[in-house]
Amino acid sequence: MIADLTRAERLWAMLILGALGLIGLAMAIGGRNDLLGIHGWIVLAAGLAGFIAVMRGRDAPEPSAERLNEYYDAPTRVGLILTLLWAVVGMGVGFWVAALLAWPDMTFDVPWLSFGRLRPVHTSGVIFGFGGNALIATSFHVLQRTTRARLPDQISPWFVLLGYNLFCVIAASGYLMGLTQSKEYAEPEWYADIWLVVVWVVYFAIYMRTLARRKEPHIYVANWYYMAFILVVAILHIVNNLAVPISLDSAKSYSLFSGVQDAMTQWWYGHNAVAFFLTAGFLGMMYYYLPKRAGRPIFSYRMSIISFWGITFMYMWAGSHHLHYTALPHWVQTLGMAFSVVLLVPSWASAGNALLTLNGAWHKVRDDAVLRFMALAAIFYGITTFEGSFMAIRAVNSLSHYTDWTIGHVHAGALGWVAMITFGSLYSIVPSMFKRERIYSQKLVEVHFWLALSGTVIYVFAMWNSGVTQGLMWRTYTESGGLTYSFIDSLVAMHPYYIARAFGGLLFLLGALTALYNVVMTIRMPAPASDDPALDIPAKPALQAGE
Amino acid sequence: MPFDHDTVVGFSKSFGLFYLVALSVIALVWTYWPSNKKGFDEAAKRPVLEEEDRPWRG
Repeated sequence: MIADLTRAERLWAMLILGALGLIGLAMAIGGRNDLLGIHGWIVLAAGLAGFIAVMRGRDAPEPSAERLNEYYDAPTRVGLILTLLWAVVGMGVGFWVAALLAWPDMTFDVPWLSFGRLRPVHTSGVIFGFGGNALIATSFHVLQRTTRARLPDQISPWFVLLGYNLFCVIAASGYLMGLTQSKEYAEPEWYADIWLVVVWVVYFAIYMRTLARRKEPHIYVANWYYMAFILVVAILHIVNNLAVPISLDSAKSYSLFSGVQDAMTQWWYGHNAVAFFLTAGFLGMMYYYLPKRAGRPIFSYRMSIISFWGITFMYMWAGSHHLHYTALPHWVQTLGMAFSVVLLVPSWASAGNALLTLNGAWHKVRDDAVLRFMALAAIFYGITTFEGSFMAIRAVNSLSHYTDWTIGHVHAGALGWVAMITFGSLYSIVPSMFKRERIYSQKLVEVHFWLALSGTVIYVFAMWNSGVTQGLMWRTYTESGGLTYSFIDSLVAMHPYYIARAFGGLLFLLGALTALYNVVMTIRMPAPASDDPALDIPAKPALQAGE
Repeated sequence: MPFDHDTVVGFSKSFGLFYLVALSVIALVWTYWPSNKKGFDEAAKRPVLEEEDRPWRG
């Protein structure tokens, strides 16, 4: 890693890491009477560890100019491993909190084991840890291949990847300590938010600088989706996290917004996080890896452009469907509902485009579990976007809102679409990224596929049943106009579904563990013999006769 | 012009509509402009081209 950096870049790395360590030290001293201090120590440790690593490697020879004849894939390799590690953490905690809902005594009276603290570790772990690392790793890979240009330098990709993971660690450790600004998917406090902005600006700059040096005049559509993901997530993140810290030595801050404006800003952010983090970025993945794996160009390139603009125009307005029947003005709710329904058009255009690309290659889908992951992802993308548009309709929402149906919908998208396209893309590049001939075990990919599919189906069906039951029990009235069921009655009715849900999640987690094992074993396989003819000569005997 | 609820609503309901329609028209026209077809067809082949896995050197 450090040997890849030029001498000047090593100096820069030491400056950046040294500055990071100093910021950590300042946080640790200033925040010594606050939880901020603990994060200061973590930042200091990260900066110091990086600084020492670069110091120790700084005398390595300058990388040869030959490197410019190769794509820069080292950050992608590390990103792929981090993706799988976060998958195990995020899904592991997800399984645990699912079990907590079925057996609530398992907090053992330990504050950081409580549901409220563990749940954001699960959501951030899977969305930002697993999904974010997958997006960063694959975007660097796709960007270089589609522009035929190498990343602009050797230091900024590492800054983005490692800086982003530092954000994820700060976020998750903060939740365990009880640090949160109580905005869903935007829980981290002000200092972590500022750090993420810095990382994100560098990320976008890498994209721009690589595109500026591209060979191909037309920018392949996958890059549009990745760029929309980076750009819009920056806007959402900055606006929703506008806040004033109570002091520079405290982790606590207050949002700029209050009341219904706060709710609207949060759900404008929240729904667009689904749109641009969990959809646009992963569509970028799909538009590159699915045609590549199937060996067929995308069915309609024009349709991919129209869906791109459709998704970017319309998702921006859909967030208010999270606030039906609230203090939000009625017309804003209706606006969100209307845009959510129209969104079905570009969403299905993308799902259809993917499936029509596979039309004529179904035998490959049958034989190749990697392509099957991607095909299934497209199907789940179609199902989930239909369900989403449907649930955004006010009358449907009156049944589904605040119930487990929402949880089922989110997981149909997150497990069925996001995770499946990620695992498919990941399996398709792991062998070439680590210079191996094939994946360690095709059988284990098959095992993972069926674990993931059965886990998703069990999870989603459990939550559909649970959600509709819950919704109906809450709106059933007696003849005298009172509620037939108490809240606790509905909770008791949920119990079997919660057990089923935890089981489905466990299967999905086992799939992720299988993937981690398979990838580690692939890396540990011996490298294939080089086909360079210059090396095709007998080895010199170690000892000549007569010596 | 006061920055109150009615002004913002008025702006959203007038300008909001027209700019979305305009953007949609621009996107559609650009997508279906005949001379753009060639570039799109070539771009679509990009992921499936069998070529050396190396960057270009200008």
